[in-house]
Amino acid sequence: MSGTAGGRLVRLAETGRAPVRFLLDGMERTALSGDTVLTAILTNAPTLRQAEFGPEQRAGFCLMGACQDCWIWQEQGPRLRACSTPVADGMRLLTRTREDWP
Amino acid sequence: MTEPNQSRVVIVGAGPAGIRAAETLAAVGLRPTVIDEGARAGGQIYRRPPDGFTRPPSTLYGSQAGKAVALHTAFDGLVSAGRIVHLPRHSVVALADGTLHAVGDGGSRRIGCDRLILATGATDRLAPVLGWQAPGVYSLGAMQIALKAQGVAMGRRIVLAGSGPLLTLLATQLRKAGAEIAAVLDTAGMRGQIAAFPDLAVRPSFALHGLAMRARLGRLYHAGIALEGIEATDTGVTAVRWKDAAGRMRSTACDAVGLGWHLKAETQLADLAGCRFAYDETWAQWLPCADCMGRAGDGVYLAGDGLRLLGADGAEVAGRLAAAACLSDLGLPVPDVAADLKRLDRLERFARGIARAFPWPADQVRTLPDDTVLCRCEGITAGAVRETAVYGGAEANRVKSLGRAGMGRCQGRYCQLAAADLIAATAGLAHAGDAGRLRAQAPVRPVTIAALLEGE
Repeated sequence: MSGTAGGRLVRLAETGRAPVRFLLDGMERTALSGDTVLTAILTNAPTLRQAEFGPEQRAGFCLMGACQDCWIWQEQGPRLRACSTPVADGMRLLTRTREDWP
Repeated sequence: MTEPNQSRVVIVGAGPAGIRAAETLAAVGLRPTVIDEGARAGGQIYRRPPDGFTRPPSTLYGSQAGKAVALHTAFDGLVSAGRIVHLPRHSVVALADGTLHAVGDGGSRRIGCDRLILATGATDRLAPVLGWQAPGVYSLGAMQIALKAQGVAMGRRIVLAGSGPLLTLLATQLRKAGAEIAAVLDTAGMRGQIAAFPDLAVRPSFALHGLAMRARLGRLYHAGIALEGIEATDTGVTAVRWKDAAGRMRSTACDAVGLGWHLKAETQLADLAGCRFAYDETWAQWLPCADCMGRAGDGVYLAGDGLRLLGADGAEVAGRLAAAACLSDLGLPVPDVAADLKRLDRLERFARGIARAFPWPADQVRTLPDDTVLCRCEGITAGAVRETAVYGGAEANRVKSLGRAGMGRCQGRYCQLAAADLIAATAGLAHAGDAGRLRAQAPVRPVTIAALLEGE
């Protein structure tokens, strides 16, 4: 289980795809080609981001681009909607805003 | 003056309705543009996984595999023959004066349009539950998409709660794929389900299929429950508290919860296009008005779950009808629609039966504790909405302006029905529809400034 430690999602099928490497909060993580960013993060971590209007963490909700719960930051600045963006090699994803940002 | 067969017809949505509409238009030589948010056509119900996934259609779509493959094949054939223009991964975020604004990976673009067919589908219809903002709570549709398009379960031990056909279907699909379902909690009681049976019997095989799935869930399924709350730690859900039909408090441990009460029509673009709306008591929501073909205004046609919540089969029929209406208005040859109109009547009778069997949980919403988060986007509570309705007036748009319920990023998609119930209950109005209809505002999806600048 070491590869999925701390992850929320359980892979039930389609596990033979090529691996994709990305950074999550600076740590190297692995996903599978064809994963959305949401799948890639949540197979490695329990949540996607901190809510702006409450104390809780968020982990997405509708997975069809309607609720906008899964917008996360990337190290270089632009945000992305995790449920509708395919993960790509070398992505540098954040579950929180960078502390050195004004 | 443009020749009729040179008309710029745009279809928004490439689910069952949009695909059949495109096919019907292309059959007489029109070359419509189909704009869709998905990477591949199919819509949500017949959503296709990305390239490289290997499960066959029979695994992905079960008994509906034949219909799914037929739609995918028809659409891909039209695209490769150059008979339609497909704009995937694009959201139409605004429309006015015959121009659509679409946003995609390459920025934004304007698309001129003489006639518009909106096949925008539906989202899950959600009722708030105390604690539903916790990580690990998803819509039922989300859990089905995750299974179909990604091959994943959203947790190791899942509770599904709400009502409607998807509740039973999703539980069956997840279990078949190897996920653990801890409980299936239906807020609809058995009495109401049985009372609706005469309408459900107009599609006997569908109804029996549903009953058989239900029977196989055995003791996991509980009818007539009341949801009390979702418990969670920082990292996610830990349990669902609920009352069984006999009124006993129960708690079911889990690490993920799927919630949903049937469907809510996605109507923002119809609103921006100027369509009229009426409150529908059966589906407990505002729906756009159209004639039996889907004509909803000057050059605007509606089809599929964004007009009437008939499901995928009804969407295919409605897509053909809307396209036929468009052809007729252009003075082009129209296919015979008599059989489709008859089919649509039967599907509507069935769908209204389903809606009555698995109703919106108005009582659950109206009695929510004040500290329940109603708006997941901005953490607006049920108590705040009640207060706003008292000082600001019992009307949905006023409560949005003054109290921000419906102002967040989802633009009220997931809170407006519950907010209307709370407003109505607070003001002593008889029906949620009396609280008014939340008006849609462009852009109907969030758009980054960069995407607007990258466009023309």
